[in-house]
Amino acid sequence: MSNQDVTIQHGEEIKNSTGVSNKKLLMWAFLGSDVMFFGTFIGTFMAYRNKSLNGPYPSDTLDIPITSISTFVLLMSSLGVVLALHYLKESKMVLAKLWLILVIIMGMIFMGFQVYEFSHFAHIGMTPQANLFGSTFFTLTSLHGAHVSLGIIWLIFLLYNEYKGNLTSENAIDLELAGLYWHFVDIVWIIIFALLYLITAGDGVPPGGLPWIAGQ
Amino acid sequence: MSSIIGPKQFQIPRIFPRPMSHSGIWYWLGTVDHKKIGTMYGIVSFFWFIMGGIEALLIRVQLSQAENDIISPELYNQLFTMHGTTMVFLVVMPLSAAFFNWLIPLQIGARDVAFPRLNALSLWVFIFGSILMNISWLTGEAPNGGWFGYPPNSTIQFNPGNGMTFWVLGLNVLGVASIAAGLNFIVTIINMRAPGMTLMRMPVFTWMTFITSILIVLALPILGVAGIQMTGDRVYGTNFFNSEAGGDPIFWQHIFWLFGHPEVYILILPAMGIVSEILPTFARKPLFGYTFIVFSGIIIGFMGWFVWSHHMFTVGLGPAANTAFTLSTMLIAIPTGVKIFNWLATLWGGSIKFTTAMLFSIGFIAMFTIGGLSGVTHAVSPSDAQQQDTYYVVAHFHYVLFGGSIFAIFGGLYFWWPKFTGYMLNERLGILNFIIMLIGFNLQFAPMHWLGLDGMPRRIYTYAENMGWELSNLAATIGGFLIAFSVLIFMVNVFISRINKKLASGDPWDARTLEWSISSPPPHYNFVEIPKVEHIDDWWYKKYPELLEGSPKQTKSPKVTVEDTSNVDESKIHLPDLSYYPLFVGVGLSIAALGVIYSYALVTIGLILVFWGCIGWSTEPVNEPHEKHH
Repeated sequence: MSNQDVTIQHGEEIKNSTGVSNKKLLMWAFLGSDVMFFGTFIGTFMAYRNKSLNGPYPSDTLDIPITSISTFVLLMSSLGVVLALHYLKESKMVLAKLWLILVIIMGMIFMGFQVYEFSHFAHIGMTPQANLFGSTFFTLTSLHGAHVSLGIIWLIFLLYNEYKGNLTSENAIDLELAGLYWHFVDIVWIIIFALLYLITAGDGVPPGGLPWIAGQ
Repeated sequence: MSSIIGPKQFQIPRIFPRPMSHSGIWYWLGTVDHKKIGTMYGIVSFFWFIMGGIEALLIRVQLSQAENDIISPELYNQLFTMHGTTMVFLVVMPLSAAFFNWLIPLQIGARDVAFPRLNALSLWVFIFGSILMNISWLTGEAPNGGWFGYPPNSTIQFNPGNGMTFWVLGLNVLGVASIAAGLNFIVTIINMRAPGMTLMRMPVFTWMTFITSILIVLALPILGVAGIQMTGDRVYGTNFFNSEAGGDPIFWQHIFWLFGHPEVYILILPAMGIVSEILPTFARKPLFGYTFIVFSGIIIGFMGWFVWSHHMFTVGLGPAANTAFTLSTMLIAIPTGVKIFNWLATLWGGSIKFTTAMLFSIGFIAMFTIGGLSGVTHAVSPSDAQQQDTYYVVAHFHYVLFGGSIFAIFGGLYFWWPKFTGYMLNERLGILNFIIMLIGFNLQFAPMHWLGLDGMPRRIYTYAENMGWELSNLAATIGGFLIAFSVLIFMVNVFISRINKKLASGDPWDARTLEWSISSPPPHYNFVEIPKVEHIDDWWYKKYPELLEGSPKQTKSPKVTVEDTSNVDESKIHLPDLSYYPLFVGVGLSIAALGVIYSYALVTIGLILVFWGCIGWSTEPVNEPHEKHH
């Protein structure tokens, strides 16, 4: 970095009214906006819970043990981002890169589980078109998956810059922002796992719904 | 995305070189200057204002006499749908955004917004989203399900074709533009204020922009979700609003109005901000009850979330819900009333100058009050049961949106035109513009009150001869053409100001806020030195410090004048370089949305453009290194 780069960078960072950098404020405001986005989808899911008129119903499809594994992996990845940022700030680059790689791998494992889960559901006839449960479930989980995938791409981009020497303790804010986003996506998953999986998994045939037999 | 800057910086190959010129079409396509972006917002949304106005005139021609069939019923449905959608999403919102862009950095004493390229992105996404929505006219399948798109009238079973799909995808693309702009202005207003510009010293327009931006970033995602669900239903066969599969059309109404009611405050709060700047300037005294106006705005922004079901009183939500929403709706009239009394008290005892901007602002207060009062009548749910879906509702929301928002926007245009362009508009033509618009407006919309109470349904294609509605409808049509004539006068006025080139000084109105402390039009860096703010209406008190010492009126000539910037050394002022990437992302988004209707190939092309744009953007330094060494 040339000196002039640094001064302009710094000028941008400190020349503000609150002391919080613009980028960080933008990320928080964006997450606030994203809360409304996911909140509306989650609200839709809850409003349409037990309203499907035909199967497959949640009790026919959801597999709590398997999703618990992917949930665990995703939640652990949040710890990984914290450690990656911590070591980056301390300029321990080997550990910083290692943890970032682990986070990326954990994110990919989560996505692998989701791909497996979706194809399994489609195989037994649970599609977005099948019923209300399918429509609400797939829109919410796939958009969450899209958020995770975007996060993975972002983290790979940051990892590349760590290897190039462009991402150092000086601009650790760039990893911090990705971390904020990553934590948010994890928190959303906690809510999704609680509402879409744990409390829904026992839902069988609702009043007025046709019974469902696998393989029909 | 991150923006890491370093010598070993990875940059994706450039197909086009980074634009560096400061003139010509390439400059406008790559600009990140908030003033240029504001100008483009203004021009494009004024174009849509004309288009939406033509749609309205066609509706009025069809309704001008009984049993008329000058246009087909199918076209009529498309016209009222696109008129509403255009005026809300392509006119009032982006015209407000034009003012945000132009004024916020100037009012808070900043060189630009917090994220200039994100700002350009908002503009391009808006422009291409508006084109996306309107190319549906070329396919002959314009949206026809009403501007709030209620299912089942908008579902694929009952409304086949691509019309409503264009509508819903267009809204989603426009939502991206609004959210990006909202985020940008939130950060700008929180973080980019000049030293001493505390929150309670901010101009009211800045405050209202701040509240509006918060509403935008929280409300537009809800519309986005509704749009995704409807796209799913129409294109991919999901069941959200399909009652055969247990889906609930009423659920759409809930989500739409959960967005839609904050939206009406998104439309009116900027207008309230504009008149709060104009009234004290021409009454020559401070805004009465600044704190009350600010907090009323905050309360409106908060309570706006708890009134949505008043759009659904006749749906059958039950007495408990109807009572609750009746109460919350009547309560939200209080902070609005507080503002109106504050504006009146601002005028009280002032030495008023009746300029065009001032006339439009006073017109705003009067028309908005009428619209607000008719609004309170349908806050009462039993009364609303008689008014639902009649022309009375049409009268109400045109009084608040046209008499409110558009009047204020015209006032704002006349007020800030010298600042935007450096040329004065002709005041005589301006006053003529105001008078004809006021007469035309009332001639058009006042009769709708009694037409509605007499039972004329909203959106009706035609009516029988023996209903007794012909005279009132004819009057409304004539009023519509008078409004069109007044807009024509405005355009003539703009044209004449370009010919005459009557130069405006930096502070032609002897005004109060920081944007008037610099030359007209402002230099591209805005302020030579970032101002130090000591008071609310800082520029006013810098000019007339005797007012702070208790003098009731300004007694001396201004103590400071607008700074001459002809020999400023610009090399020390760093501004971001131009960038094409926001344009790429904007084009890509709209192509991808169009692909949802026509082909996955288009989706792929669009997403590649978006992705390429994002990567290019995030790896592009704010300034090219060699730029800095001049």
